[in-house]
Amino acid sequence: MSNTSAVSSTTSTPIGTPLIHANVKTVALLLGVSILALLVYYFIGVDEGMISVFGKSMVAHEFFHDGRHLLGFPCH
Amino acid sequence: MVKQLIGRGALSGAVAGLVAFLFARIFAEPIISKAIAYESARDAMQDKLDKAQGLPVPAPGPDIFSRTIQMDVGIGAALILFGAAMGALVAVGYVIAIGRVGRVRPFTLALLIPAFYFAGAYFVPFLKYPANPPAIGHENTIKERGALFLVTVAVSCIALFLAVYFGQKLHKRLSLYSSVVTAAVGYMAVMAVLFLILPPLGHLHANVVEYGRQATETPLPLTDANGKIVFPGFPADLLAKFRVYSIVNQVILWGGIALLFAPQAQRLLDPAGAKAAKESRLVEGHTPVAV
Ligand SMILES: [Zn+2]
Repeated sequence: MSNTSAVSSTTSTPIGTPLIHANVKTVALLLGVSILALLVYYFIGVDEGMISVFGKSMVAHEFFHDGRHLLGFPCH
Repeated sequence: MVKQLIGRGALSGAVAGLVAFLFARIFAEPIISKAIAYESARDAMQDKLDKAQGLPVPAPGPDIFSRTIQMDVGIGAALILFGAAMGALVAVGYVIAIGRVGRVRPFTLALLIPAFYFAGAYFVPFLKYPANPPAIGHENTIKERGALFLVTVAVSCIALFLAVYFGQKLHKRLSLYSSVVTAAVGYMAVMAVLFLILPPLGHLHANVVEYGRQATETPLPLTDANGKIVFPGFPADLLAKFRVYSIVNQVILWGGIALLFAPQAQRLLDPAGAKAAKESRLVEGHTPVAV
């Protein structure tokens, strides 16, 4: 490969066409991953605080407690 | 390709979370422990004052995990899991954005997306409802506080997404400069209006009843029946340090995701660019290759 500095502008290509299209399989995958990630966000930051899916249990709240504060979630 | 990118995103996030945990364990945990010590001492003094006035003393909160577990394991698990989840969300945004946001290099886009997530999901909401250490926050306002925070985060993320979306549309008619400035001003205007509409936490009902209309929930000094101060308010330096460390922690998290994810995404989507970047050296007579 040539070692002139002009090389970078020709070999590193900006992508001008979309990588993915809205077909059922891709949408389902991205939606599934997003829901899973938001569930993690919810259990680390919110559950057993303002609302709780396991009633009065405080296990997740207490375990993730310091992270919840540091990540900026309202805690106690 | 999409699955690979999501995997790399989640893994980048987990590693960034591990680094954030090291920072948090060394710098933030001593601050959190001091805040908890303040809270316990204050509660003890409050109980004493209540008893002197013949008022009922509330039961203490649960201690399911020791402080050691919370600060050595719990916060680590929280940051690594949070990092993995956010890394996966970065990858989702990345595969949707690529090819739809103008002619951006895969590497550059992978650096930009975590920066947008940091601003939209954390930093801008922080300007209205900043992170608080233990001891700050009325226990009877957690529902309102939680809802206000989540609404702020949701509106911020949606508004930032729309700003990027309409910025792209504007760029068909306006210059890049004009469309970016217009979109950014639009996002800031939406957030400014939201910040003006939503109440300060000190104005929540339970706080007004107990402490009067204060701006925040930061504990004021405790006074006895004669109005003499018997316990100090929450230390200002401790609060400032906690908030700065909260920001640094998120900068490490999102910055780590950007720095780890970008070269991997480039290798998958732009092998030629990755090769050029790898071979670029500062050789005499040649300018370094910027990718
Ligand atoms: Zn707490």
